[in-house]
Amino acid sequence: MTTHTGDRLVEFAEVLTRYEPVIGLETHVELGTASKMFCGCATTFGAEPNTQTCPVCLGLPGSLPVANAAAVEHTIRIGLALGCRIASWSRFARKNYFYPDIPKGFQTSQYDEPLCTAGHLDVEVDGETYRVEIERVHLEEDTGKNLHVGGATGRIHGADHSLVDFNRAGIPLVEIVTRPIPGAGAKAPEVARAYVTELREIVQALGASDVRMEQGSLRCDVNTSLAPIGSLEWGTRTETKNVNSLRSVERSVRYEMRRQAAVLDAGGRVLQETRHFHEDTGSTSPGRSKEEATDYRYFPEPDLVPLAPDAAWVEKLAADLPELPAARRARLMEEWGLSATEMQWLANAGALGLVSDTVAAGATPGDARKWWLGDLARRANETGVELTDLAVTPAQVAELAALVRDGKINDKLARQVLDGVLAGDGGPDEVMTARGLVVMGESDELVAAVEAAIAGAPDVVEKVRGGKVQALGALVGSVMKATRGKADAATVKRMLEERVIG
Amino acid sequence: MAELTELDAVELRDRLASGELSSVELTRAYLDRIAAEDGAVGAYLHVEGRAALQRAGEIDTARLAGEELGPLAGLPVALKDVFVTEGVPTTSGSKILEGWRPPYDATVAGRLKDAGTVLLGKTNMDEFAMGSSTENSAYRVTRNPWDLARIPGGSSGGSSAAVAGGLAPWALGTDTGGSIRQPAAVTGLVGHKPTYGSVSRYGLIAFSSSLDQAGPMARTVLDAAVLHEAIGGHDPRDSTSIDAPLPPLAECARRGATGDLKGLRVGVVRELGGEGHTDGYEEGVLARVAEAVQLMEGMGAEVREVSCPSFDLALPAYYLIAPSEASSNLARFEGMRFGIRVADDGAHDLDEVMALTREQGFGPEVKRRIILGTYALSAGYYDAYYGQAQKVRTLITRDFTSAFEDVDVLVSPVTPTVAFPLGTRVDDPLAMYAADLCTLPASLAGLPAISVPCGLSEGLPVGLQIMAPALADDRCYSLAAAVEAALDSARGSRFLDQLTTAGGAA
Ligand SMILES: [Zn+2]
Repeated sequence: MTTHTGDRLVEFAEVLTRYEPVIGLETHVELGTASKMFCGCATTFGAEPNTQTCPVCLGLPGSLPVANAAAVEHTIRIGLALGCRIASWSRFARKNYFYPDIPKGFQTSQYDEPLCTAGHLDVEVDGETYRVEIERVHLEEDTGKNLHVGGATGRIHGADHSLVDFNRAGIPLVEIVTRPIPGAGAKAPEVARAYVTELREIVQALGASDVRMEQGSLRCDVNTSLAPIGSLEWGTRTETKNVNSLRSVERSVRYEMRRQAAVLDAGGRVLQETRHFHEDTGSTSPGRSKEEATDYRYFPEPDLVPLAPDAAWVEKLAADLPELPAARRARLMEEWGLSATEMQWLANAGALGLVSDTVAAGATPGDARKWWLGDLARRANETGVELTDLAVTPAQVAELAALVRDGKINDKLARQVLDGVLAGDGGPDEVMTARGLVVMGESDELVAAVEAAIAGAPDVVEKVRGGKVQALGALVGSVMKATRGKADAATVKRMLEERVIG
Repeated sequence: MAELTELDAVELRDRLASGELSSVELTRAYLDRIAAEDGAVGAYLHVEGRAALQRAGEIDTARLAGEELGPLAGLPVALKDVFVTEGVPTTSGSKILEGWRPPYDATVAGRLKDAGTVLLGKTNMDEFAMGSSTENSAYRVTRNPWDLARIPGGSSGGSSAAVAGGLAPWALGTDTGGSIRQPAAVTGLVGHKPTYGSVSRYGLIAFSSSLDQAGPMARTVLDAAVLHEAIGGHDPRDSTSIDAPLPPLAECARRGATGDLKGLRVGVVRELGGEGHTDGYEEGVLARVAEAVQLMEGMGAEVREVSCPSFDLALPAYYLIAPSEASSNLARFEGMRFGIRVADDGAHDLDEVMALTREQGFGPEVKRRIILGTYALSAGYYDAYYGQAQKVRTLITRDFTSAFEDVDVLVSPVTPTVAFPLGTRVDDPLAMYAADLCTLPASLAGLPAISVPCGLSEGLPVGLQIMAPALADDRCYSLAAAVEAALDSARGSRFLDQLTTAGGAA
């Protein structure tokens, strides 16, 4: 892996004393349609190379495309969710360039007649709302995937030979392009991340894609530029590709701001270029220079008839949109009694669904919130995984909460039960039984422990009887210790009171 | 009795259906004739031979067993090599596809298979259908059976030579700017370019997507109509395909042959060989067309002259639109997945392998058009060239629309001259392009147009073009049938019989 630690960087806080960033994002979402954009091939992820292909997606001579109606519908729904204007007449266009992963020698895309234009998405960072203007949402097809074999870098240079997997070629891809986003200042990296997060939630809520960044079904190109504070013109932008996680979106903006500031500080010129993001170092490195970019010779795709979505149909799609994430958050915040910060945190962690599923599985909103924002959040943080990747299901959390509510276990035992669940030992009930983590009833064992505690601390008993009721806590503590936490503290306290105070 | 290979396809179909003729016997007759004469004519790039006989045998067996067969069961057919055929070599006349055996059938090839036809082989053509003489084929020269020193037309010149020369009962061609009509005209055949979108383009190796149409080339109007019916109609795999039923073409051809043209309004296009527009037109061609028009009048048609001023711009518009689309359509031929690959020796990088493959795989006319089209689509030139050409296209369509408010059909010569001698225009692209002058307007407007023989000039066939509004292909067939019947009856023989009696290819 090539790393580029040679870049000179300015401290982030210092960047903002001299420069104002402008960011922009181009996001590609692979739609979750059963078949490809222009043929009937399946789209299953991870299939054997070149098993989901046909003459059309291989670009064989004579083959012709037919647009996937479901993909068109998804695109329009995404546009509607982003408040876009839906074109009454829209065309595909050919983007011509040579590369082995585009089988036809052109990518079927949209150019000056996209399906959706002029929308917006509001995102919130630290209690402040930023409006991201959406320039366009258009539909295109994905390319195949090159695999460069041999050589040290995994890149084409130095490889012995290259293979192409066309399973991905022709999968419908929606491209969502923002207008430049100025004015975010120090929050620019977080605004970029919040935008992609929110967009992902929307696409997910629409059921248009599984939006898994690690599988490449959501990919981001992040544009960053800097201009001296007070300057009327924006600076030259770079386009960072290969940004494949939410965290990377934020890091790539941060890195480019620091790098470009150093270039400008030194009196240099930022090159308009494509840069690659490296997950391992958090740095970017130069790719193909855009200043010598190819002329794509766009022209209307003559093999496809124009798309002319019927106005009544579009209206119906708009009316049938599901509740969108922002509205849902507002509603849930109220229902669950969360603070705005907690809500934001849950949303950013992508954990709203977990809480709502936990409530749906029977837990009270308070319990669901308590577990997910408390113990589980801490554990996710400690082990460095996403909340959504923890090995516990919302149903199991609900079950755990029920066990506590029914007094079968207490909070301390519940944490131990959770340990077992996360370790893969089974559901809460199973773990509780297997590990004997049941709250003791008023058993002989507990009576013995209570009596032993009273007998072993006559001075404390004396104090209590003398009116210092709070001293009873010491006795509760020793009973709990003796029973290794299995007793229910409230029960112990009552038993002690009966015996000491009478 | 005439030889089997000189009979009309419909006659052959009826004999096969009645059991009086076997498909093996008929297929063998064609294969024998191909073996004897195609060395001189050069119509075929690939002959199916044993495979054709085997299929013919299967159909004969099925017929004897009383199985239900397709409407054209046992009838041989030839396909222009632009149609993709499963397992059968397909080159589009280009070296770059040498050795490619496609894994699938073009829709029209599949429909002909389903109808029970027997594929005789794939016919020669100008490389990627770019040309008017078939001299741009990367493989061989095709000669006109009327005069072996002359061109058979193009780009479907292999198909025209095969049918005119008795090497196939009928054939499919494709027409982008005249590539069915012009070769049909210069070889004395009936050739029809259907309404754009009425015959599937799926599996037709694209030259210019917004213009390409497949269509029949046959000995008679009725044969052409029957073949058209077998391939036409909506195809869900071609999104530009029109979802409308075909008119009953064969029925129209039969009725048309009765010759009653009362009430038919015929427009003669002034810009296509009329007064002030005769430059480049041979007198003999104009005379035969004028006689055909008089003939129509004699049969009751109302004839008037019609002006379509934008037709003068058809040639430049066509030579921007077609090369632009071609430059993109031909991008997939870069040696990565099919056809030849040049210089993949470890010493050349990816870009060099793709460039050298295209350098060696494409011929000069194809390169000329790719360069022209690439230029016309370039940033900064698009509006001036491609954009402007699309506007001209709209004007031409408007000229047709207003003409069809006054007349039912438009007529003109198919091509300004009879078949010219081989080699005379190869080095002069503009002279070559002029062969398409009369056929381009209907192509650009997506309208149906037919070429039907209307006599000889200097012993060579002249074609009459009949153009109709979109989806009114039936008008082309019915008027062509009337002209054909009248001329046949005046002559006392079919048009192509003149070739046989003249000795033709022999
Ligand atoms: Zn496919």
